[in-house]
Amino acid sequence: MSSQAPAVKRRIGDLVFSNLALSSGVTILVILAAVAIFLFAESLPAFLSQQDAAPDGFFAYVAPFLFGTVLASLIALLIATPLAIGIALYISHFAPRRVSQFLGYSIDLLAAIPSVVYGLWGILVLAPFLNPSYLWLNENLGWMPFFVGPVSATGRTMMTVGIVLAIMILPIMAALIREIFLQTPRLHEEAALALGATRWEVIKMAVLPFGKAGIISSAMLGLGRALGETMAVALVLSGSGVFTFALLTSTNPNTIAANIALQFPESSGTYTSLLIATGLVLFAITMAINMLARWVISRRSEFSGAN
Amino acid sequence: MYEKSFPFVHLQDNPCLGGQVNLVSVNPTSYERYYMSRLIKLAAIAGASALVLSGCAGAANEETTGAESSLSGTISGSGASSMGSGQEAWIAEFQTLNGGVTVNYDPSGSGAGRESFAAGGVVFAGTDSYWKDEELAGEFAACAPGTKPWEFPVWISPIAVIFNLDGVDSLNLDAATVAGIFAGEITMWNDDAIVSQNPDLELPELSITAVHRSDDSGTTKNFTDYLSKTAETIWTVGAIETWPTEYGGEGAKGTSGVVDAVKAGNGAIGYADASKAGDLGTVAIKVGEGYVSYSAEAASKVIEASSPVEGRESYDLAYKIARDTTESGVYPIVLVSYLTGCNEYLDAEVATLVKAYASYIISEQGQATAASAGGVAPISNSLREKAQAIIDAIK
Repeated sequence: MSSQAPAVKRRIGDLVFSNLALSSGVTILVILAAVAIFLFAESLPAFLSQQDAAPDGFFAYVAPFLFGTVLASLIALLIATPLAIGIALYISHFAPRRVSQFLGYSIDLLAAIPSVVYGLWGILVLAPFLNPSYLWLNENLGWMPFFVGPVSATGRTMMTVGIVLAIMILPIMAALIREIFLQTPRLHEEAALALGATRWEVIKMAVLPFGKAGIISSAMLGLGRALGETMAVALVLSGSGVFTFALLTSTNPNTIAANIALQFPESSGTYTSLLIATGLVLFAITMAINMLARWVISRRSEFSGAN
Repeated sequence: MYEKSFPFVHLQDNPCLGGQVNLVSVNPTSYERYYMSRLIKLAAIAGASALVLSGCAGAANEETTGAESSLSGTISGSGASSMGSGQEAWIAEFQTLNGGVTVNYDPSGSGAGRESFAAGGVVFAGTDSYWKDEELAGEFAACAPGTKPWEFPVWISPIAVIFNLDGVDSLNLDAATVAGIFAGEITMWNDDAIVSQNPDLELPELSITAVHRSDDSGTTKNFTDYLSKTAETIWTVGAIETWPTEYGGEGAKGTSGVVDAVKAGNGAIGYADASKAGDLGTVAIKVGEGYVSYSAEAASKVIEASSPVEGRESYDLAYKIARDTTESGVYPIVLVSYLTGCNEYLDAEVATLVKAYASYIISEQGQATAASAGGVAPISNSLREKAQAIIDAIK
């Protein structure tokens, strides 16, 4: 089609494309900077004004919510990571081709469900369903600080939130890890088989070491989503501004995002600024976690066998 | 409909003018209609001067009544989300009655609504709490310089104390017991304080889950106001919007969240808009010597039993709700929302529209619409008369 003057045309195309790509890249930075500036500027009044938006100071206000955010996300991660690895391994190495395709689609479908639906499902189905097992946990493992009573009558607890969040971050983690496992060099696997390894040993010796960096980065992506999840937490959790490791009671630390969603509609003046300032804290935490993940991955990349 | 919306017809029918003016065709095309509004103004001026000349005072009144139904324009308000469902219903009906008018209401919250009214962003506001003195001392950008806003109650919404206890439909509790339950001091259903007031009931040995709103809300504020006025030794934190952490209990988002949580947990108790209580059991509150269940009549009586806030102008019908009333048959846990606007608007057209809309809201029709939309109690006739007098004085 372009055989007449290929060189010139390609150069224009290259130029246009490289500029488009550049501006896309810059847009990300601009948006990020704009969000950071907005959060910073809007939260300033909370620190400068002498009004009593937070009587005990900003950090006393935000600390329980920060604690709740991290606690809920960690529970979610603890549940979701082993599950996601299991799902990914099954799809990539165990399941027959047809089953694995079907499973892959259904996992992707889970990712498309809006979080408010997860929230409603959490309150109306999961919480009542889990409550008997909470009672059992409390009776038999009540000596652990996580399972002390009194157990909530409604099941709207930190534990339920952790489980809902785990289900929400599962699809993205499973999908990513599956992709990574599928990229395991065929030669590594066949070499292990040639040495007489069983299927489990192949996974242990070839697949998991290769995928380690990928597992960590997908876990961090999942964590990022769990940290910022708002609607599901706001609907499910019975939260307030407390510190507690008890996961089964009605008194739970709220998360930053859920607290903003709950209090913003009726807030005004410096209280609004205070809420935005807590948003800034969440922004900083999420960014720090992502940078940590990048660092971990870059340290491990040389061993991954990808090169 | 067509005749009704044009004052011109009234002029024609008017015996004083004898149908002498015939400027407009009876079935206008859209093109003619465009010019008609100008012609009407001309005709109205001509008619009015003719009336002044001929001294037909009665006919002049008739003309203004006619002019009211030909309103057109847009007014915007914002404020309390509690009356959001009411505003929606009012706006829908008001716009049907007045085809040319658009009314907007943004349920952004009481505080935000008052702020944006004071800043001149909206021309009327709905609020769960009346203007504070320091707010009234400020400027109101939408109003004529130096003038202050009016306010009166338009939305009286009973708050029911709902509970979920197998086999129990109704429970008698006094204020101290309710306060004790929500403050986390009474934790079991077979507590003596509850049993002694309900001798006929078999109360189980079951722990109480007290459910409160986890979001800031006017419902919480009015409920805790009731507790702090009637049981101040037990409920020591006063009227608050954000639930105090030390009282524990279970938080749930929004009215529907509280209702769902109470439904889900056997032994749960909460407070919510009475209209959302559904088939849950409700608590009859001790007032004076008897126990009163919530009802529209019992709730609207509370305004009669309450005294106006002192030091307010005649156009400021702010009430200090008598939570501690001992009058029989009065249900004191209500949320009263006010409508507020300017006594003198910068723009006369806005004033006309606000007048019409406010009159509609307090009318029997408007209050009946609110009752079916939000399960609220209608305002009393005496309150309606006072409010109408305020509306009539709007400029």
